[in-house]
Amino acid sequence: MEAYISLFIKAVFIENLALSFFLGMCTFIAVSKKISTAMGLGIAVMMVQIITVPANNFIYHALLKENALSWMGITGVDLSFLALLSCIGVIAALVQILEMILDKFFPALYHALGIFLPLITVNCAILAGSLFMIERDYNLPESVVYGVGSGFGWALAITVMAGVREKLKYSDIPAGLQGLGITFITAGLMSLGFMAFSGIQL
Amino acid sequence: MSEILNDETKKVLTEPLVDNNPITLQVLGICSALAVTSQMSTSLIMALALTMVTACSSAAISAIRNHIPSSIRIIVQMTIIASLVIVVDQILKAFAYEVSKQLSVFVGLIITNCIVMGRAEGYAMKNPPLESFMDGIGNGLGYSLILITVSFIRESLGSGKLLGIEVFKLTKDGGWYDPNGLMLLPPSAFFIIGLIIWGVRQWKPKQAEKADFKIMSISHGEGGHH
Repeated sequence: MEAYISLFIKAVFIENLALSFFLGMCTFIAVSKKISTAMGLGIAVMMVQIITVPANNFIYHALLKENALSWMGITGVDLSFLALLSCIGVIAALVQILEMILDKFFPALYHALGIFLPLITVNCAILAGSLFMIERDYNLPESVVYGVGSGFGWALAITVMAGVREKLKYSDIPAGLQGLGITFITAGLMSLGFMAFSGIQL
Repeated sequence: MSEILNDETKKVLTEPLVDNNPITLQVLGICSALAVTSQMSTSLIMALALTMVTACSSAAISAIRNHIPSSIRIIVQMTIIASLVIVVDQILKAFAYEVSKQLSVFVGLIITNCIVMGRAEGYAMKNPPLESFMDGIGNGLGYSLILITVSFIRESLGSGKLLGIEVFKLTKDGGWYDPNGLMLLPPSAFFIIGLIIWGVRQWKPKQAEKADFKIMSISHGEGGHH
């Protein structure tokens, strides 16, 4: 149990996908102008992450890993080079299915998320979650915890960023630094803040 | 040479370098630009890989653009891009294993790099293969330019080396340069790209964004008796 809690804390703070690995930066910068939209996107990313990381984990261990096909009587086959293709395929398909389910059963949430849901397919944070899971060789329960933690960490980062940017609108910024430039520097300062968590020993 | 490089081709090849840079203006492909730049060698490999993937995928998608049904075009584009990335990944693993270990998941993340998707969707779907190929190369080079600049600053100031060769002699080896550890940490990449954007926009003011709110000057509002 303790191991799972420490994995969660690590995924949220120490190895925050947005602020220490710079993943999902394009959306992170583009959609962090208002707290409400940022939060909506954050929740969507978290939901997708919770489903896709364990799903990819299952597929990787059941089909692609070296000798994984031995349950079918085929041995000595290593399909792990197909992991990239299968991960992105699973993500694209699951996002599509999630979109249909939300549209049918939770129309309010579906409309709140709007365009963000399909865009999540190309959000690098999602694919990175699955690739990190493969690289670090998590088992199924670990991958569930990692999916929840990394999704939550990303949501937290984008919401905080949106909060800072809402206040930043009122400040007097040099013309060339306006918009994108100051956003980068703000993100840098936030990332510096998150570095402080790396001192936590777990 | 001039017959191959007509005006249109030259434009798509050079415009993304500064005037329409994918990172500083289109805000695409930032993730990997930040993550792999602490050393020049990794960023060079990354830049090369991304340029190849963008150019080839643009050309391939453009070649079949009239046969892709628009409802499933994202999946078709994804499959083409993912296959090319697998090729690059396997080549790196075979010939540059050390670098591929350092790049870890970031080679795979070229699939979701917005530059590749953005150019496929925004340019290759509407233009013939050769121009799309050139557009891919151009945007790849624009990305490479930023990547190499950032990694040049980070590696030289952070560890006194360039491509692993010592340029500043460090104090701990009896030299004069005290390395700036911040440059090797993630936040420095944000600061450097932020400052590069500032520089580019001072140089080309038409790229600057408008402020959401204008600060009112109060010097005129003092009642009119000067």
